[in-house]
Amino acid sequence: MAYTLTVNGRTTTVEVPADMPLLWVLRDVLELRGTKYGCGISACGACTVHLNGRAVRACQTKVSAADGASIMTIEGLSPDGTHPLQQAWQDVDVPQCGYCQAGQIMSAAALLAQTPKPTDEDIDRAMNGNLCRCATYLRIRQAIHKAAAMTATTTVQQAAANRPGQDQE
Amino acid sequence: MAPQLLDRRAFLQVSALAGGGVMIGTYLGPVSEALAQTPAAFSPNAFITIAANGTITLIAKNPEVGQGVKTMLPMILAEELEADWKTVKIVQGDLDPEAYGPQSAGGSQSTPVNWDPLRQAGAVGRHMLIAAAAATWDVPAGELQARLGRVHHAASNRSAGYGELAARAATLTPPDPKTVALKDPKDYTIIGKATPGIDNRAIVTGTLTFSSDFTVPGMLWAQYEKAPAYGAEVATANLDEVRAMPGVRHAFILKGDGDIQSLVGGVAIVADSWWQAKAARDRLQVTWQDHPTMRQSSASFDQQAEALFKAPPAFSITNVGDVEGALSSATKTVEGTYSYPFIAHAPLEPQNALAHWHDGKMEIWAPSQTPARGRQMVAKSLGIDEAAITFHLLHGGGGFGRRLYNDSVVEAAAIARQIDRPVKLQWTREDDMRHDIYRPGGYHRLRAGVDAAGRIVAWHGHFVSYGEGERFAPSANLPATEFPAGYVAHFGLGASLIPLGVPTGALRAPRSNSVAFVYQSFLDELAHAAGKDPVQFRLDLLSATRQLPEGINNDGFDGARMHAVVKTAAEMAGWGRAVPKGTGLGIACYYSHRGYFAEVAEVIVDADKGVRVAKVWVAGDVGRQIINPSGAEQQMQGSVIDGLGELMAQEITYENGAAVQDNFNRFPLVRMREAPPVIESKFVLSDNAPSGLGEPALPPILPAVTNAIFAATGERIRSLPLRKHGYYWA
Repeated sequence: MAYTLTVNGRTTTVEVPADMPLLWVLRDVLELRGTKYGCGISACGACTVHLNGRAVRACQTKVSAADGASIMTIEGLSPDGTHPLQQAWQDVDVPQCGYCQAGQIMSAAALLAQTPKPTDEDIDRAMNGNLCRCATYLRIRQAIHKAAAMTATTTVQQAAANRPGQDQE
Repeated sequence: MAPQLLDRRAFLQVSALAGGGVMIGTYLGPVSEALAQTPAAFSPNAFITIAANGTITLIAKNPEVGQGVKTMLPMILAEELEADWKTVKIVQGDLDPEAYGPQSAGGSQSTPVNWDPLRQAGAVGRHMLIAAAAATWDVPAGELQARLGRVHHAASNRSAGYGELAARAATLTPPDPKTVALKDPKDYTIIGKATPGIDNRAIVTGTLTFSSDFTVPGMLWAQYEKAPAYGAEVATANLDEVRAMPGVRHAFILKGDGDIQSLVGGVAIVADSWWQAKAARDRLQVTWQDHPTMRQSSASFDQQAEALFKAPPAFSITNVGDVEGALSSATKTVEGTYSYPFIAHAPLEPQNALAHWHDGKMEIWAPSQTPARGRQMVAKSLGIDEAAITFHLLHGGGGFGRRLYNDSVVEAAAIARQIDRPVKLQWTREDDMRHDIYRPGGYHRLRAGVDAAGRIVAWHGHFVSYGEGERFAPSANLPATEFPAGYVAHFGLGASLIPLGVPTGALRAPRSNSVAFVYQSFLDELAHAAGKDPVQFRLDLLSATRQLPEGINNDGFDGARMHAVVKTAAEMAGWGRAVPKGTGLGIACYYSHRGYFAEVAEVIVDADKGVRVAKVWVAGDVGRQIINPSGAEQQMQGSVIDGLGELMAQEITYENGAAVQDNFNRFPLVRMREAPPVIESKFVLSDNAPSGLGEPALPPILPAVTNAIFAATGERIRSLPLRKHGYYWA
């Protein structure tokens, strides 16, 4: 069967079985291997991607259910690795083995898109589906707060920069 | 950095492939790749190369599985070399023990084993570059200073970059590494500074190549179905039906090599993609030959343990003084039977390995923690010469001891041996959990007595473990030195073993991760029986001089160092303060992998047995120098939370010889909201050589929490996991 997917802004058609999970289409057909396989049953969150803006587990999303959808993977989160979460993750030195982190960041990105200033409880709820076997949780929480603060600052700066007359010398 | 086929002259076509005619080249590892980009003008040893343009490339010699050695070991080299950390290139070394010395990731050994040699290796490079500058400028070497990749001569205001000096340095004879002067620690600019992981950017952008992401052209994908009961061979399999499935190239039966820790019998399915191999495997119907391990079960282990406890220990491990006499004259005696289950490692990246058999040579790419052992195992299992095996190290998604064992590497090689293309074996999560090399369970019956002054006068342990005769199964042993041995005048330990057909081995802080719970809980029981405060009871015990009987291997335990961390942890936690009803503070301490750790947990237990670990205080002594404080904190936080997972709910049980739990829904890890919100840690610096941090912070957390539960509720937890007693994360 042929399915049309828009992955990280690029539309592509794949010829694969209807029940093939999106995870393996991404990894083995489209060779986007930033999205990881951890459990295959939506229990660990290592395969988290955005499907039409919502965080989903790619291991339990059949390609047929993603037909025509817009998908974002870790590779498409920012053009140059400068998404506030990607910066905060490096500033806080979050990763240990790193295997779960793409999924963690994608869950966090979906959270911040909905809730720009999350509380600890918001974070715990949004991140509950993402396991980290190395247990980097305390730093993940810290990095999400930091990214939220960075985003808020950027927004304020942009608002200031966009005030009428600001650009006229 | 995506490994690639580099040297076109080295290309070697081994087969023209259906569907594309891709050529398969001789793979050159990242080391050769990096060096081809910046040819060495000067290389004082295997770890350091300096190009004419000043690029410094450092080899990270040990396998990286998330413990941070790929950052930490090169920091040591860079410090003594006086390189600029911001510009050095760090490259994972392939297996080459002749060049790099022992390469393994286990036992928290990377720091103690490499601290001196890597400082010396860096210093040799610095000395030679300074000597080259001295010769160039005709000034005494003593007037020169190396800093951030340049040599400076202050008197004449001259300086030269390492790249400029490289050609001249290359003509000099390297000094004996043992004689070069090392830097004074007070001058360190890299060691001791919180340094982020060097792969962080690649990780957060999804571009780091983990082992499971690594591919070579023309590669196929394999799945391997093994008997649920360890070691059973295939009787029948519907191979023809499997071969007819889309994308399937091969389906065949492999026989085991006789070692359940190496290659066990099974069915290999090789396809163009992993998903096709998996889809074909879902159609596989296989029957297994009868095997004695099929009669094993957790229930039968429990029954055998109970029967063995009715008799004295089958053999003695240590026996000092008159234990029974002292017990009978003690003021108060305490008895308790403790147990803990088998558990799995469950690294988040399931086991995988890529192997390619060509021209009588085996080439392997895998994230092994012990690549040298992996090479030996492949050679032995397949009957090929070790010299014909090349082992490339890839980044592993978590280790925890699982990747010490190389069983998946042997499987990949055995499958590759049968076909003419590179093949990647990628286990499912279920494969990984049902075919782990498990942390063995165990049972302890402990009896001890205290005198009128509240001191322990006698201690006896009967350890029911696994093995044959007097030979323990791997990681199922207990040494004669186990604390409080040497601190109790009448001390006995004996064991009885249950035969086992389950593969067992080292899980992060092997043996310690289970025994700490038993011994530190029982010490707590004794403190309460003696009417003493649990912290003071430990401090009093540790204040005595340790007296081990002659002829046993000393483990190097230093009571004064433990005394210091217990005191520190108690002070950090405000031990002794009043806490609300339902809240308890618990302490435990443990020595493992040369590290001394004491931990206090503040635990809140509600009326429904919902548990929250509100805060944990960690005090550790791993010597005089913390090399990377950021990595050190990661290891402490990770160890504590990892231990809480083992404590609450992790358990592998066996029925008909097979593991019952096969995925994270039945083998829960701690999730973010369950983790303690605050873990406060402090290092007690002592004048000892630096030692490792991958493991020693884990063991004390389990008894710290169960002792806190006792303080909060009066319920003494003597078996794990906690979930069995009705507790859950609130």
